[in-house]
Amino acid sequence: MASVDKNLEELTKSKDQYIYGFSDQEDYVYKAEKGLSSRIVDQISHIKEEPEWMRQFRQRSLDIFQRKPMPTWGGHLGDLDFNNIYYYIKPSDRSNEDSWDDVPSYIKNTFDKLGIPDAERKFLGGVGAQYESEVVYHSLQEKWAKQGVIFLDPTEAAKKFPDLFKKYFGTIIPPADNKFAALNSAVWSGGSFVYVPPGVHVEVPLQAYFRINAKNMGQFERTLIIADEGSFVHYVEGCTAPVYSSDSLHSAVVELIAKKGARIRYTTIQNWSKNVYNLVTKRAVAYEGATVEWVDGNLGSKLTMKYPAVYMLEPGAKGEVLSIAFAGDGQHQDAGGKMVHCAPHTTSQIVSKSISKGSGRTSYRGLVKVEKGAKDVKSHVRCDALLLDPESKSDTFPYMENEEDRVSIGHEATVSKIGDEQLFYLMSRGIPEGEAMTMIVRGFIEPLVKELPMEYAVELNRLIELEMTGACG
Amino acid sequence: MATIEINDLHVEVEGKEIVKGVSLKVNKGEVHALMGPNGSGKSTLSFALAGHPKYTITRGSATFKGADLFAMPSDQRAREGLFLAFQYPAAVPGVTVGNFLRTAINSKRAGGEAPKILSGAQAEAAGKNGNQISAREFLKILKENMKLLSLKEDFAFRYLNDGFSGGEKKRVEILQMAILRPEMAILDETDSGLDIDALKTVADGVNRFVGPDMGALVITHYQRLLNYIKPHYVHVLMDGRLVVSGGPEFAHELEARGYDWIRQKYGVPAAAGVA
Repeated sequence: MASVDKNLEELTKSKDQYIYGFSDQEDYVYKAEKGLSSRIVDQISHIKEEPEWMRQFRQRSLDIFQRKPMPTWGGHLGDLDFNNIYYYIKPSDRSNEDSWDDVPSYIKNTFDKLGIPDAERKFLGGVGAQYESEVVYHSLQEKWAKQGVIFLDPTEAAKKFPDLFKKYFGTIIPPADNKFAALNSAVWSGGSFVYVPPGVHVEVPLQAYFRINAKNMGQFERTLIIADEGSFVHYVEGCTAPVYSSDSLHSAVVELIAKKGARIRYTTIQNWSKNVYNLVTKRAVAYEGATVEWVDGNLGSKLTMKYPAVYMLEPGAKGEVLSIAFAGDGQHQDAGGKMVHCAPHTTSQIVSKSISKGSGRTSYRGLVKVEKGAKDVKSHVRCDALLLDPESKSDTFPYMENEEDRVSIGHEATVSKIGDEQLFYLMSRGIPEGEAMTMIVRGFIEPLVKELPMEYAVELNRLIELEMTGACG
Repeated sequence: MATIEINDLHVEVEGKEIVKGVSLKVNKGEVHALMGPNGSGKSTLSFALAGHPKYTITRGSATFKGADLFAMPSDQRAREGLFLAFQYPAAVPGVTVGNFLRTAINSKRAGGEAPKILSGAQAEAAGKNGNQISAREFLKILKENMKLLSLKEDFAFRYLNDGFSGGEKKRVEILQMAILRPEMAILDETDSGLDIDALKTVADGVNRFVGPDMGALVITHYQRLLNYIKPHYVHVLMDGRLVVSGGPEFAHELEARGYDWIRQKYGVPAAAGVA
């Protein structure tokens, strides 16, 4: 058909080979059934035109996935039916027209800043949607390319930088790590590959949105970031706008490597629709004097299980997790962090703020581990939970494993509800009850919101307000 | 009709009756001092008027600008122009003084509809329509009044009452009064814990606004504050009842003679365990 050819032509301009390749195979893939098999894994690898080692990696991972039992802890996974899931992105998702209204304002602002005045018209034109994302992406890319920064889809990175890619891929989170890492390793697609050369400071946060528009947000994203010595990068993923997904399972893997003196900050605001199981493995290694900071916001999904981890491998390394979780009716946010001190003179901090509303449940699950030989370690964990309604729930599962004497490990936990005195005080100044409660909730998470890029902070505050007033479905 | 009229008010808290039939009228332009020993019911009365959920009205009524006060929820009373300066203001971590004040002003302007979080250009536009206060106008008012109350500008960014000293809390209460411009202010022991300088600052702040547009009910234990905020009337509350009222000089008499002579004169039994 003529229009299909035209679409394909536009898409050839796109640097994302995977999309092009996929729509070419549209009918073929669409006919395939649900469920997981080594045949489907082969198809995925074939569509992506992957090297043989990757196809074998996927098949080995599938094998591990099938043999591993389900975890017996955490949230309730009993309703998860692995046979009732599509393990690749359905083409029908792609053909939907994007609406300009759905695009978060901070993205629109960036279009303006970059001088793309007719972005809106082209965007609404349907075909332009991906094209414009690519335009933004391209202009930023030129700047990075000059600095030697690599920021690509991992499939593309595997083709263009095979040695670099293969050196690090799967080394931080091997397929056998856990059942869902194995699943991701078998069927992963999308995500980001980032490499920052020594001494380079990437001043503007790398926003995943520009590289993959919200529609493409993969079920099984795989992200790998390598910050070489003395470099700095801030990577931001996720969208504060609710992302509707008919896919009921999202299982991502994120591997970070911070070399000597480097710093990586990885910010996520997750707001999946409330039918989604969001099971994520995120892990970083920090070398001498390096720092990794995870800023993790969990607002959506039916069940999220996510414990960003930092392994401090050499002296002077630092790890930090700032986690916000909001669980409304029917939601369970099971989140926290893991800090593993493998070297002396390392420090870590976990700050977790969770809010439960209605029948929502938040669980803090964290580990601080100090291995033998890791002397002079300082670690502090603080988890605060706020319960808004009588049926709201919150749990804390803090684990500490310590094999050294000279360490300082602290843990503080509070559980509170909105104080009558605070609420009355705000209302006595004319602020209506609903707004007063929202103010108190926002105040509760403020220490974390401060750490977000400004546009995200504004969006997050707005989202909290929507959650509080029940305006979100 | 007085600005605020209280008729035979009885108030209970945790099942115990504390205010046992108080009647009082206060008008704009008037300063009424309410004095009395600890436990006499002064704070209970002020909480009941402001609408604190733990305080139950068991008998009596009150009107504010002619309308039934107890029929309004506490936030509505505030928007109507009733203000309570707390003796022990609550801390609200994470909420800055500036953000809080701006929300309070906008709540009044919105008349009870939840104010929207607007940013940048949107806020400016709303300001021009008079719906929401513009950033510029707000900052101007904030700066002026903070200066008046000897509050450093960085207070606007501090979390409300979080880690504030006693004196700072009291001055921030008066800052709120100055910005919200109520028609009737109830000041609950605003002088407790203040040194002379802070006391003068607070009193100056109050005096600036008391007048044709604002009346005040000044609750105090000690006569000292009344040297700076001159009352038109002085009432004594004992054991939940208003036992005697007088003119401004009455405060001096109380200071000189204490409360015992009143107990004897008016036959009020000393409440158990109270000085």
